Amino acid sequence: MYKILAKRELAPHINLFEFSAGEVSAKTKPGQFVILRIDEDGERIPLTIADADPGKGTIAVACHGVGKTTTQLGRLKEGDFVLDLLGPLGKPARIEKFGTVLCVGGGVMVAPLHFQAKAFREAGNNVIGIVGATTRDHLIFLEEMENTCNHLLVATDDGTKGHKGMDFLKDLIKETKIDRVVAEGPVVMMKAVSDLTRQHGIPTMVNLIPIMVDGMGMCGACRVTVDGKTLFACVDGLEFDGHQVDFDELLARLKVYTPQEKLAYVFSEQGERN
Amino acid sequence: MPKPKIRKEAVPMPKQPPKERADNFREVAIGYSEEQALAEAERCLQCREAPCVKGCPVEVDIPTFIKLIRERRFGEAAMKIKEKNSLPAVCGRVCPQEEQCQAKCTVGRIGEPTSIGRLERFVADWERQHGCEIPQKCPTTGKKVAIVGAGPAGLTVAADLIKLGHEVTIFEALHKPGGVLTYGIPEFRLPKKIVEAEAEYIEKLGVTLKTNALIGRLYTIAELLRQFDAVFIGSGAGPPTFMGIPGENLCGIYSANEYLIRVNLMRSYDFPKAGTPICGGEEVAVVGGGNVAMDSARCALRLGAKDVKIVYRRSREEMPARIEEIENAEEEGIRFEFLTSPKRFIGNERRRVKAMECVRMRLGEPDDSGRRRPVPIEGSNFMVDVDIVIMAVGRTPNPIIKQTTEGLETTKWGGIVTDEDGKTSIEGVYAGGDIVTGESTVISAMGAGRRAARAIHEFLMKKETCARKKRNV
Repeated sequence: MYKILAKRELAPHINLFEFSAGEVSAKTKPGQFVILRIDEDGERIPLTIADADPGKGTIAVACHGVGKTTTQLGRLKEGDFVLDLLGPLGKPARIEKFGTVLCVGGGVMVAPLHFQAKAFREAGNNVIGIVGATTRDHLIFLEEMENTCNHLLVATDDGTKGHKGMDFLKDLIKETKIDRVVAEGPVVMMKAVSDLTRQHGIPTMVNLIPIMVDGMGMCGACRVTVDGKTLFACVDGLEFDGHQVDFDELLARLKVYTPQEKLAYVFSEQGERN
Repeated sequence: MPKPKIRKEAVPMPKQPPKERADNFREVAIGYSEEQALAEAERCLQCREAPCVKGCPVEVDIPTFIKLIRERRFGEAAMKIKEKNSLPAVCGRVCPQEEQCQAKCTVGRIGEPTSIGRLERFVADWERQHGCEIPQKCPTTGKKVAIVGAGPAGLTVAADLIKLGHEVTIFEALHKPGGVLTYGIPEFRLPKKIVEAEAEYIEKLGVTLKTNALIGRLYTIAELLRQFDAVFIGSGAGPPTFMGIPGENLCGIYSANEYLIRVNLMRSYDFPKAGTPICGGEEVAVVGGGNVAMDSARCALRLGAKDVKIVYRRSREEMPARIEEIENAEEEGIRFEFLTSPKRFIGNERRRVKAMECVRMRLGEPDDSGRRRPVPIEGSNFMVDVDIVIMAVGRTPNPIIKQTTEGLETTKWGGIVTDEDGKTSIEGVYAGGDIVTGESTVISAMGAGRRAARAIHEFLMKKETCARKKRNV
């Protein structure tokens, strides 16, 4: 059992949880993830780690309540427990001094991206951050990113705050010498960023969370095609070369269970009401 | 008085009828009643030289436990088995006895061999229902052993070493113990409550079990060696193998590992009550010919598929699956496409698999495995409609420990190199099971565990003697 020591609402339906997980926290590096299971009937879901404090023995994950399990997690409160927490999983992200690193985050994934941005800054990089969301209310970690990055930009799909859409990136890339791009967010965002940087030959890493079950290299659910080869995100990733990833395949594979997920959500919400 | 004649036929195993069981996940084989067990036990000749014991990878004293059954001393019979085998309810169900103990049975020369497996299962089940005794342990040695993986190999090592007085901790990466017994073998062949009971027994012996602990990430082997006197690695099989043909990553194409993990470990058949979904499919093709392929096909049938076929590139004779499982599958209505191999998969506009192009094969010259190599017949290509494909063509050893352990010698396919006793290239580190041999059986992993436990015990006691000598100097 793993206790929730703190919970903070970052945006509607987006929460940051701090779990007591001493051993995991001591080993966690940016870019790694955990597999979490709430209760005996629960599914195993992967969540990228947003922070680790070995001193306190805690790790943090952000979760956007969109389906059954993430909604159920969102209802848990400080002092509640989850049954299983396995980690840290995956290879740590490559953190080095590259020069200027552009960290592009979207939606809930800004939280784990911040963990990487912090490490890039500590490694002596000039870090430019971009925080994106569909709309103003869904922007998260603005203050944290502001404090971490040398320079921060904000974008929303509907233009309610900061730049409207991601078009401004084109100019940014032309005007600024960028040595490395790290993107973490919705697949379409990571794909768009990768397509753009490919034209400019800027190394671009994306952080992929496909559907997973065990999360430690057994099931092969998380296979992704990178440079024509099949790799397993859980043991070969989560970080991959964005210029080589088959994003369309990933998008399709992420939708495999959409009908079942809807059914599970309805079933669980009915249970919640009764 | 002349001896009564031995019956040539074994007492048959009562089973759920095929039509009925194809719709449920309850155990297929129901198990012997007391009367049936007594009748079958009577068929044992109690041979003095006990050829059956030589056929058992963990050397269970088979004639003695059968004699105890005849005397209706079922609890003692169970204890007798447990002297050598800590998982009798599992082995009684999933061991290939027909190739092991029963292959050597003297009765087998005149008729069907004594059903040792069914009798083993009977006493194990009897004991579980009537409460089991905890055997006496040796005095504590003060030595600590870490075991990586709570599968058949790890559980065996744990039971053996704790009985010898060592302190044992198992680190299991999944949320439940049992390894392949839990995530791989389906409920209808091995009910999970039985695996749970066997794991509980190991814990009752005094073994500490830590789940959600992935060695290589949470602790490295080097870190374990700082806290423990010896380490056993039984981390099992890892990533599934695919064929490397076009379209293999289309939606609806599962590895058998994923399919079985969803069904067995996550209980997808109980979705949405159990949270993990699965696409059951209507027209299912399973590629492969081993027990994993049979298990996958039979799960697909139970999830409601209309048509399930097994596509295998060789013929029936070369199939690595147990005959019993092939027959069970056939009885339930699974179709077999022998001498057939997929060439590519075709998807629809949403990248879901809709068809598979196959080619017919013929058998050529024998290959390294001694089996005749399948050769494609040119121009024999044909299409098969499918909506779910399950690839059961093998697994490779889990790479995480290899990647994170310096100085650990591995083979080119990623298995850990050991001597016969499971000793690796690092002092104090032993390994056994699928991580060493590649995919094999439950009992062979347990046999490897047994040998490694013996070697670890010797290693720990030698270390103790050396330390004592040093202290005396």
